[in-house]
Amino acid sequence: MIISVASGKGGTGKTLVATSLALSLSKNSKVQLIDCDVEEPNAHIFLKPTFTQQEIVSIPVPKIDEGRCTYCGKCAEICAYNAIAVFQKKVLVFPELCHGCGACTYLCPEHAISEEGRGLGVVETGNSNGIKFTQGKLSIGEMMAPPIIRRAKECVDPERVAIVDVPPGTSCPVVEAIKGSDFCLLVTEPTPFGLNDLVLAVGVVRKLNIPCAIVINRAGVGDKKVEEYCLSESIPILLTIPLDTRIASLYSKGITLAEGMPEWQESFLDLFDKIKGLLR
Amino acid sequence: MKEIVVLSGKGGTGKTSIVGSLAVVAQSKVLADCDVDAADLHLLLSPTVRDKNEFWSGQTAFIDAERCTQCGLCEEVCHFGAIKDYTVDEVSCEGCGFCARICPTEAITMKDNMAGYWFISETRYGTLVHARLGITQENSGKLVAVVRQNAKFITEREGLEYIIIDGPPGIGCPVISSLSGADMALLITEPTLSGMHDLDRIIGVCQHFGILALVCINKYNLNEENTHQIETYCHNQGVKVVSRIPFDNVVTEALVRGLPVVEYSDGKVSQEIKKLWRVVEGKSPPLQ
Repeated sequence: MIISVASGKGGTGKTLVATSLALSLSKNSKVQLIDCDVEEPNAHIFLKPTFTQQEIVSIPVPKIDEGRCTYCGKCAEICAYNAIAVFQKKVLVFPELCHGCGACTYLCPEHAISEEGRGLGVVETGNSNGIKFTQGKLSIGEMMAPPIIRRAKECVDPERVAIVDVPPGTSCPVVEAIKGSDFCLLVTEPTPFGLNDLVLAVGVVRKLNIPCAIVINRAGVGDKKVEEYCLSESIPILLTIPLDTRIASLYSKGITLAEGMPEWQESFLDLFDKIKGLLR
Repeated sequence: MKEIVVLSGKGGTGKTSIVGSLAVVAQSKVLADCDVDAADLHLLLSPTVRDKNEFWSGQTAFIDAERCTQCGLCEEVCHFGAIKDYTVDEVSCEGCGFCARICPTEAITMKDNMAGYWFISETRYGTLVHARLGITQENSGKLVAVVRQNAKFITEREGLEYIIIDGPPGIGCPVISSLSGADMALLITEPTLSGMHDLDRIIGVCQHFGILALVCINKYNLNEENTHQIETYCHNQGVKVVSRIPFDNVVTEALVRGLPVVEYSDGKVSQEIKKLWRVVEGKSPPLQ
């Protein structure tokens, strides 16, 4: 089973929920945590895994053999991303714009294009107290997160309950991270920002046809509009975490809720049971 | 004209709350919300939309079932796994057009995507350029570029001094699109290990693109030991810390009322944000 933990708005507590859920479940089940927030992966701060493997994630970008090239310009014409410019006696490739679709290589009439890998980041795998830990990490200065997320997701171990920590937002990296999940937990906070972005995130999971439910974090801080929204949309609220300086303090030190306040483990197990109930 | 982009790496550190208040404090400026896939600044500034524009970007493949002979070539060449059983998964399609070009029966056409909207709005604090990326659409970086271009055009036309940009979280495509060519990045962090880890990565991005970075530690009193560590780290990196803002629930109270905190209260948080702007303008020295 794959459970993704998403939010729309950043900083609502996705990583807090994902890590504590993984830890609580790991006492009795085989668990994997996959950190797909590849721009800013933070789950490792809390679970402190020992990494045993690192793989570079690259996409194929065109390499022009100027000996064969006739400068016909076909590759530049077909590239949807403007990653190739052809001049009278020169071809320029802009690898950071290339999505690696492979069309230019396949369609070059002179077979003058081959592909070379361009590294965007890494996927690292390791272990944290029996939890299989996988994280993607985008390199500094690189733009394209989805290929790394895609690779990290390929590491899903079907023998385990996989918990996916999703990046904030609602665009392509989020879609890539949520896609293929059996269930999506949406973590929000009861503020106008939290609600606005929750509505967008619900739009994403509904478009992907994935069942979802809500976790409200920092309850008591703002207003009741998130609850009203969930009621009107019939989206269940499965867990409420109060605004509590002890929780904030643990978080600031990189300590999970499940370890710092073990009484919460019960609540996370209960959360998992409720998810299973909804999937039945 | 100076373009100041507010970033953080980690989400939820307070970018939008601070930009909302800078909107009140800064006089001669245009505001731009470049967090196009989860825009929130409008919730503080109550804009009146003056100009709504469609954002067309990218394409999606469509297979005409009548012409398709189910040869499977399209599925074979697609690098994005977007074609299965002779149908296109619109969400996975990256619009490269490879399938349309090689289909032997010309059964595939590429259609333009209406990928969202962008707006020019009036607020009680000046003009706001903002956008809404369509659900599950791509090309957030391009939409960010459209928002920035329009904000720049208005700033120049009206002879204003600043563009203040509310940026997206992360370090990838929309962040780079918000940052490239800007005059200054104001990085909002918080004294948590996650905030510190992410600050290090966003400082790396600023250095990579040669953009001057200033740091503001928000909710600094949540963990003063970490705050001290951030200051030491910034000092070693040669990055100036320009402000420390205390945690106060008044920020959320103001938000619930749809107001920037400096308009709602004159407490410590508001005073610190006003000071922060004087430092950014170069009228006061930074903390270190």
